Amino acid sequence: MRHREAVTLKFHKDLILALYRSMTLIREFEMKARELFRSGKMPGFIHLYIGQEAVAAGAISHLRRNDYVTSTHRGHGHALAKGIESRELMAELMGKAGGSNGGRGGSMHIYEPDFGFLGTNGIVAPGIPIAAGSALSSKLRGTDQVTVCFFGDGAVNNGAFHEGINMAATWNLPVVYVCENNMYATEMPFDQATRNTSVASRGAAYNIPGIEVDGNDVLAVYETTLAATERARRGEGPTLIECKTYRWFGHHEGDPGTSYRTKDEIQEWKLRDPIEKLREQAVKSGWAVAADFDAIDSDVNRMIADCAEYALNSPQPDSETAMDHVYN
Amino acid sequence: MAEARSTADAGSAAEPLTERVISYAEAGTEAVREEMRRDSTIFYIGQGIGPRGGNFQQSKGLWAEFGEDRVRDTPIAELAQTAIGVGAALAGSRPIVDIVFFDFLMEASGQLVQQASTIHYISNGKFKVPLVVRAAMGNVRSSGPHHSHTNYSWYMHVPGLKVILPSTPYDVKGLLKTAIRDDDPVLFIEHKSLYGTKGAVPAEEYTIPLGQAAIRRAGTDITIVAVSAMAHRATEAAEMLAAKGISAEVIDPRTVAPLDKETILNSVSKTGRLAIVDEAYANCGFAAEVAALVCEEILDDLDAPVRRICGLPAPHGFSPSLVRRVLPSAERVVKEVEDLLQLSS
Repeated sequence: MRHREAVTLKFHKDLILALYRSMTLIREFEMKARELFRSGKMPGFIHLYIGQEAVAAGAISHLRRNDYVTSTHRGHGHALAKGIESRELMAELMGKAGGSNGGRGGSMHIYEPDFGFLGTNGIVAPGIPIAAGSALSSKLRGTDQVTVCFFGDGAVNNGAFHEGINMAATWNLPVVYVCENNMYATEMPFDQATRNTSVASRGAAYNIPGIEVDGNDVLAVYETTLAATERARRGEGPTLIECKTYRWFGHHEGDPGTSYRTKDEIQEWKLRDPIEKLREQAVKSGWAVAADFDAIDSDVNRMIADCAEYALNSPQPDSETAMDHVYN
Repeated sequence: MAEARSTADAGSAAEPLTERVISYAEAGTEAVREEMRRDSTIFYIGQGIGPRGGNFQQSKGLWAEFGEDRVRDTPIAELAQTAIGVGAALAGSRPIVDIVFFDFLMEASGQLVQQASTIHYISNGKFKVPLVVRAAMGNVRSSGPHHSHTNYSWYMHVPGLKVILPSTPYDVKGLLKTAIRDDDPVLFIEHKSLYGTKGAVPAEEYTIPLGQAAIRRAGTDITIVAVSAMAHRATEAAEMLAAKGISAEVIDPRTVAPLDKETILNSVSKTGRLAIVDEAYANCGFAAEVAALVCEEILDDLDAPVRRICGLPAPHGFSPSLVRRVLPSAERVVKEVEDLLQLSS
């Protein structure tokens, strides 16, 4: 395991603004989803990504459209960053016919082949071996597609983590494993779930690089995952990256998230807001000016208003279609 | 057992032009080999299926022909093996995952049930999962409680999944080729005791559609439905019954999902009696499903209660004497059928 070096890349304005836009879109989308859920207009339940935006934005923004992503129950951020339209995603969360999957999947079952998006997932950890599968397919088909696999700290003590990473490592598959360690699996603190609280150190168990990175620093996530992706694309095998981060809200909407976490701890992490951090860093470094960010903010706000309206107005799927697509 | 071709089969497979007799295991490797030659997106993974050729010789020669990229030995990790099949299928490959011992699929069933079988539906048809999971079931040579299960009915319960249980070399080859070409996840379950059995398999290309039963023996007094090794046991019992003047019709559905309901219902309408012989337990099983089907659809045609002749509900004990008691024997089938006929005479 090694810690990444201080940021040395020269970041250019387009990249900074793209990352900012991606994170802001996720943040505002989630705030709107929260509002719609609380209004009772959204069925099911949702797990918000707010606070972790730097991981999805940083790890996905450098991917190609046909690279693969496997995601989790907390997956709206990954879906948006990979390119799924916000209006289609919001409609899907509401179980609407206009959703990305026609309302058949919902928050935890988002699939989009056009963007190589191999699913959010209602089960913790199977994405890890599934990612090994898509990576094996790329290798056998002779493409240079990379799979980026997201999972939380809750997944790393599950057998699927071991089986999946072991096989990806053994077969030298083009996959980047990105652990979003937000310190709690539902309400279970990570240090109560394992004796080894360094996920990155587990790379050694599989003889692959394990790297820890500040998951609230989008530039650090970008650099680290870009290097791992290029490594995978060159055929040099998987990397395990642990992004230390935090979710601002409860495990799911409706869980206040305060019975197992102190208000001070939550507040402390809110002060490390990845979006604010990028904005401050960029302005200070002269990469962009406030007006650039303000323009993105208003654009994103318009998009979110539009996506909510689209989702609210989209009809539910015709119940006569309930038996469609069981089989091909 | 006679290689009686199903009447339902007539449209799908011509009579063998070139008669050959090969084993049940050879029929499987032939199917995989021909399909892998035809389609380069197919690959085959499992434990001991490479140079060793599989516990049951079910993959013999594939590694030598296709190499270690397309025929891969895996570590002992059924969950990842199956999930890798799911991920690869999503990405455009056509994986065959050999679980070898059907019991071991329990270590991976979430991957097959929760992931593979749901994705086509919940993605609104955007993804397909052309995955074949291959496994061998059944109690042979006192294989004990971790290597003997026949719990295939669990998987019949899963929407989106197809389940095949071939009983002859002809069916292994034709159905496995169909399974590999199918765009849905398919569970292909062979029976360990049948790998060495032999039968006629044409040298020419053929496939068998799913959901078409084979009538193994025509009869008029009672319909006996059985799959896999029990199709042979039922046919053996039918011959013994014939010597006693009882004419039993034996139907082998060959695929349990989809199930050829029509052939079963037509037969029972004709005979008026139904017994199901199953190595698996009776409760909530394949036998219960067939019984329910007949009772729902054609109760008035029945001249006697439906009889389930199944494995006794005990874990698979080790000693041969225990195994003999638990699994349905031809003698037990004969006795129960005679009993049933007395009830309705």
